[in-house]
Formats: sequence, structure tokens, C-alpha cells
Amino acid sequence: MIKINELEKKYGRKKVIDKISLEIPKGKITSIIGPNGAGKSTLLGMISRTIERNGGSVLIDEVDVKDWENNELAKHLGILKQSDSVNVRITIEDLVGFGRYPYSEGRLTEEDRKIIDRSIGYMDLESIRLAYLDELSGGQRQRAYIASILAQDTEYILLDEPLNNLDMKYASEFLKILRQLVDDLKKTIVIVIHDINFAACYSDFIVLLKEGKLAKMGTVREIMDARVLEDIYDMPFNVLEVDGKLICAYY
Amino acid sequence: MNLAIKDINKRSLIKLTLILAAAILSLVSLSIGAEEIIWSEAFTEGTFSRTLLFKSRIPRTISLLISGFGMSIIGLIFQQISRNKFVSPTTAGSVSGAQLGIAISLVFFSKVSTLQMMLFGFVSSLAVTGIFMYILRRLKFKEVVYVPLLGLMLGSVISSITSFLAYKYNFLQVLYGWFYGSFSLAISGRYELLYLIIPTLFVSFFYAKAFTIAGLGENFSTNLGLNYRIVVNIGLVLISAVSGAIVIVVGNIPFLGLVVPNIVSLYGGDNLEKNISIVGLTGMIFILCCDLICRRIIYPYELPIALVVGVIGCGLFLMLIFRKEAGSYET
Repeated sequence: MIKINELEKKYGRKKVIDKISLEIPKGKITSIIGPNGAGKSTLLGMISRTIERNGGSVLIDEVDVKDWENNELAKHLGILKQSDSVNVRITIEDLVGFGRYPYSEGRLTEEDRKIIDRSIGYMDLESIRLAYLDELSGGQRQRAYIASILAQDTEYILLDEPLNNLDMKYASEFLKILRQLVDDLKKTIVIVIHDINFAACYSDFIVLLKEGKLAKMGTVREIMDARVLEDIYDMPFNVLEVDGKLICAYY
Repeated sequence: MNLAIKDINKRSLIKLTLILAAAILSLVSLSIGAEEIIWSEAFTEGTFSRTLLFKSRIPRTISLLISGFGMSIIGLIFQQISRNKFVSPTTAGSVSGAQLGIAISLVFFSKVSTLQMMLFGFVSSLAVTGIFMYILRRLKFKEVVYVPLLGLMLGSVISSITSFLAYKYNFLQVLYGWFYGSFSLAISGRYELLYLIIPTLFVSFFYAKAFTIAGLGENFSTNLGLNYRIVVNIGLVLISAVSGAIVIVVGNIPFLGLVVPNIVSLYGGDNLEKNISIVGLTGMIFILCCDLICRRIIYPYELPIALVVGVIGCGLFLMLIFRKEAGSYET
């Protein structure tokens, strides 16, 4: 379980995250949504120790992220952020292989190779596994990074807007894979996402942030309420039920 | 899986070819010079050929091999940790830093030992390289071409301090040797400092994977449990140590650390684990060729190697920029 307590982040005098406390349950998909500038990515960054915090604590399995051995935490928690490594000439296979770094720093074992192959297969990259990252389209590159996070094989997977650059087909397929990881392998996934309907269809819980504060956390049904959303986004919403899923209409 | 094995075989073949080429060029380098070596006498005690071979030719060739290998590898590491293809010890001020350190050591000690110079060169190179990395971290717009421009600016500021010291304390003549690299003085008794580079090369190989991961960014590294700061700092130490030693023995060899890694990257990618030795070997071959040109072009005299490397490197560098430009339009 991830336990966040009174977490704070300031840039200069501006509070980007203002005393947020919440618990992210194990074995579920939790989506973090909210308007631009709500602090979603900052929150995710602080959970994953890639952004320094100014106050509060983040406990992962009862141990503060700061007290975790760096390498050990890398076997338990993986984060994929928006990446700017566009012009690096590394093959997909190598990138995915780096996901195994926490386990075997030097040479890859047979077991590692199996996991790498499986992750590449998951993301449908088999035919281009020896292509260089700088030769790929945005979507292919994104899938390569996702495959590397899958190869890291962590219990907690944090994803910062992983659907960027993915078309509808790959976006929904990817979310289905996440669903499988949670349902079959009991992984815990936290995802920052812009598309509220994707969040509603595939997650178990939704965390709503606004201006650095926790506005509301709850099950999909609790959050997908026109009044709640209108309050957060300052615009009219219409929540519909389609095939048992809640979908928002907004224009 | 088959693809991967094919890839490994291809790389081994490339490495073997490069080693062979380097060996042949080394032999040529040993036998060429103002004086002819009579090979039948070379291994008999007391002959002129023997003295020539062991006091001059062998040290020179070894210096070429070590500097070619070292300079290209630290260029590769520098490009990786700064995440910019146009950064190298010359374009980021590391070499200027080393020169300043040597100048300071000359001011401080009336009779300075090579090791003292090395130490001063190393520390000062490390400081300048550190400043460069610090500015780079602070920089908001990391435009690909601005970064080396910034390094060149930093380098010229440092160089002018060095020149000032040289004017003031009257050692401009001596300084000239460190600005324009040449292997003509890499003789027995003077070149041994270069052996200090060899252990740093082992460290480079050991951290090859870490450098590659660091090249993918701080977040990516932290996520994998890699301490980004430490890896970058190890890289900086390696860069400064190698730059310092080479500047003292040989002088500045511009473009080598820039051109060689870039050419290899075009064909072999940026994974250091796979191509660090290819880069090093290519650097050896490149510098051996340049040195041979230097020694033949106004025979029996010779040109400073910096000149030839500069001309050839500059051409290759321009080619790279044009290729990059063409590439960026595609995406």
C-alpha cells in the first residue's frame, strides 16, 4: 500500500502540492485526474522519489521512500515519466533490457531475456526490436518505454500520462494490459491521465486533484458524478451510462 | 533471438577488423620517420636502430594508441552524460581547464614535476568541466547547438586566463606545446604519464551500462535505482583525468573526442556497453592515420597533429551537422 501523509511541495513560494493525505490501495488501478496545473505529475514524482518533497511523507509498504535502498525500491516500484530522450540511438531491445538493471546490473540472465521478450511482445514491438529510438514514431517510442517499465516487473507501477502519443487502438489495448496486470498478477498501478473516460472505464479508484489539493478520492461511481466534476473543472458535464460504464460527455 | 546473436557476431567481426587495422597502422607508424630503422639491427644491443625504436618510435606509437583510444572514449562518455552530441572535452572547456591547471603549476613551482602538472591539470580540468555541467543543468533552453557554443565560450575565457599567466610569467613558448598537440615529443621519459590513463579506461568499461542509462535522463536512471549524480560525477572525473594526461604529453587534439563517437553512433548506436571498444579502436585508427599524414606531408619535418586532426575533423564535423539537419527535417 502507498500511504501519503501531509505531502507538500513548493516551488519558490507557490505551493504546488498542499498537504495531501491519501492511501492508494494494493492490487488496484488508481487514476489521478484534475485540471492542468493541479499537481498530478508532481504528486506522482514525489511518490516515486524522482521529485524532492518539502514536507510530509510517502510510505511504500510501511517504509518511507527516502529510507528505501535505491536499488531495492527499483525492484518494487517503477515509474514512467514523460520522456524527452528523443534523439538517443538505442535499440528497443536494449531499452527494454535496461528495465532489468535493478536485478542484474551486469549481464542479462536467461530469465531476464525471457521477461524482456515477453514485454516486447506485450507492446507489439517484436518486428522492430532492433530499431533505434530516434527512428521511431512518437507512439512506437512510447510503447518501447512502456515495455521497459513492464520488464522492470515491479509490484507498483506509476505512469505519468502514458497515453500521450498513442492512438485509440494502442491506448485502449494498453489499458487492457494494465487491467490484466492488476487482475492476474496483482500489481498496483497509479496513473496520471487526462482522458477522464479512459480513467472511468479502466480504473478502480479515482483521485481528483485541484490546485494542489485533494478534491476527492473515491470509486469510479463516486467521482463520475456531474456535480463533482463540474465543481472541479468549472464546465458543464453530462455523465452517461453506456454498456455498464460511465462516460462523460463534454464539449 | 537469432537477430541478437547475428548482431553480436557482426560486432565481434567489426572489432576484429579494427584491431587488425590498428595493428597494421602501428607497424607502419613504427617504421616511418626521418631516420630509417634497420630492422635486422633493431634488436641488437647498442645499435642506433635499437635506440630509435625503443626511445622514440615505440613510445610515440603507444602514445598514439592510448590517446586515440582515451580521447574518443571520454568524448563518448561526455556526450552521453551531457546528453548532447556536440559536447566533447574540447568543446566543453575540459582541455582549456587542463591547460590552465598546468599554467598555474608553472607559476607555483619553479621546478615542476610532470606528476605535479598532471595533478594541477586534472583538478583544474575537473573544475571547469564541473562548471560546464552546472551551467548545463541550469540552462532552460538546451538547444543542441547552443550547448557546445556555451562550452566553447567558457573554454576561451579559461584560455585567455592561461595566456595572461603565460605572458606575465614568461612561458608562452612552453604553452604553445600544450595548445597545439603533437606527438613529436612523445619519447621515452616523457610519455609514461599516459599509462595512467589505462586504469581510467577500465573504469569506463565497467560503468559503460551506467553511462548509457544516465544518457536516458535523470528520471529514467533514478527509476532503475541508479544514482544519477554519482554516475555523472564519475564520468567527469574520468574526462578530466584523461584530458589532463593527454594535454601534458601530447597537447590539445581537437575534434577527436567529437567526431569519432559521432561517426560510430551513426552506424552502431549509443549503447556504450556494445560500442565503447569500437569507439576506442576507431579513435586509435583515426589518430594513427592523422599522425602518419603529419609525418609524411613535409617529410623529413612534421606538422603538429592538431593541424591535421583539425582539418579532417572539421570536415567530418560539418558533415555530421548537415546530416543532423537533414535528419531533423524528416521527423
